[in-house]
Amino acid sequence: MKTFANANARSVQDAARRARDARQTGQHASFAGGGTDLLQLVKERIVSPDLIVNLKTIPNLSQVTRSSKGVSIGGLATLDAISRDETIRRDYPVLAEAAASVATPQIRNVGTIGGNIAQRPWCWYYRNGFPCYKNGGNQCFSFAGENQFHAIFGGGPSYIVHPSDTAPALVALGATIRIAGPSGERAVPASEFFVLPRQNAAVENVLADDEVIASVDLPSPVAGTRSRYFKVTDRETWTHAVVSAAVVMQMEGETCRAAHVVLGGVAPIPWRLPNVEQMLADQPITEDLAARAAEAAVAGARPLSHNAYKIPMTKGVVRRTVLQVAGKT
Amino acid sequence: MSTDPEKPTEQESDVTRREFLGTAGAALVVAAAVPGVAVEGQTARPAGTPSRPRTQIRLTVNGAQRRLEVDDHWTLAEMLRDHLRLTGTKLGCERGECGACTVILDGKTVYSCSYLAVWADGKSVTTVEGLAKNGALDPLQQAFVVHDAPQCGFCTSGQLMSAKALLSANPAPTVAEVHAALAGNLCRCSNYSRIAEAVVAAGAAGATRRTSGGGQ
Repeated sequence: MKTFANANARSVQDAARRARDARQTGQHASFAGGGTDLLQLVKERIVSPDLIVNLKTIPNLSQVTRSSKGVSIGGLATLDAISRDETIRRDYPVLAEAAASVATPQIRNVGTIGGNIAQRPWCWYYRNGFPCYKNGGNQCFSFAGENQFHAIFGGGPSYIVHPSDTAPALVALGATIRIAGPSGERAVPASEFFVLPRQNAAVENVLADDEVIASVDLPSPVAGTRSRYFKVTDRETWTHAVVSAAVVMQMEGETCRAAHVVLGGVAPIPWRLPNVEQMLADQPITEDLAARAAEAAVAGARPLSHNAYKIPMTKGVVRRTVLQVAGKT
Repeated sequence: MSTDPEKPTEQESDVTRREFLGTAGAALVVAAAVPGVAVEGQTARPAGTPSRPRTQIRLTVNGAQRRLEVDDHWTLAEMLRDHLRLTGTKLGCERGECGACTVILDGKTVYSCSYLAVWADGKSVTTVEGLAKNGALDPLQQAFVVHDAPQCGFCTSGQLMSAKALLSANPAPTVAEVHAALAGNLCRCSNYSRIAEAVVAAGAAGATRRTSGGGQ
């Protein structure tokens, strides 16, 4: 592997400043939470840092803190810890299930929530060093190439899908991402954290080069809230969603008072379905309504040459997950 | 390996196959070396080459305290295999996909190919060499032997470490629980059913030992 220096950060601001200072001297700096994704990118020479800023040495950054406002998950909390946390399992099952569905035990033991939502795409062109938008180039090779796992929504000019399982769950839960930079913090709703390629095809989120994710904050659940994460994969383990759905519904008896439906694996960002959410609001959840919601879910989908199968798959995932959350299966 | 801050601790008295191959390989490398191209620990770095960032760390390896100076860019696997000569940890894919390099770090399994040695400062690492005690195989290793769990054997040490971590958390797992816990360890011989059988048997045997041990 390429030579680089490791710097152990003492606080999120210290980490941000070290990255900024390195850049000011012409060095390339990268942050390492768990570091599992970063080291693969370094080995593949997709990223070539002179300095790796290690976030694991920041005190308390992996804690899950409960308060009257909800739960604050430190950016360094591991996916394994999140999937086992009693409060998260009870109040935010969609997030616990999403975290538990990531990759393998070894990755979940090291991989963090911050790293999971900020991970780079797993498009095979990007990961194999093709000079695409994500690698500093100006084309997307999947458009005319091998695109069976690529976007059916929100694509263009890049057609990657966002690889995170926890990201759709966080958007569906109305999470806030707390971001630390060299001179302070800012809070961004999860629904505004991710960036479509038409806004900026080189990146996937609003993080600046010298910003780190300090925490992911979840609001207290409203009474009657139920949620599930459902993930379809092309093998049983160690892979990303082909299609997934994070569904959060506030139920009153048979009736859904409010719904949040967010898809994974189908778009360059977690793909929210406001039209479906409106259809479900203040309605009793029936087989018929779930089927109509599934049809509405794929309105506007634009498949590429090899991924039209994702349309019926998306319908199935939406119908099934909505019924599951409503307790109808 | 003149860069080793420590002498290797566990050495056979005779020249091992690995040492013979290593020595023969080094001789070939030296013979083929282009002037000015550094071979680590054997030839000097060309003038003007920046030195590699290094860091002193302390960690526990298989129960023994170690103080080491590591290159910042060394992976944990690299440190264990190339500098502590704990070559039971294998490198398969080197990119966190196959699980051959699995070790236990502070009680949790990690891919040692995808974790920097410098990040292990202050932590405790257990490798496959740490399973046997006083020359006796761990009951889990014994179960692997009895149930023919290894075929080519390359993935075995990683499978053992994932299984060891599972049994520590869940002493008598079901087959489904074993499959879930070992999902990050590939076996190219595809001997998954025997591996799961061995882990379940080791758990069941442990449960029997604990029960009967209390009454006898």
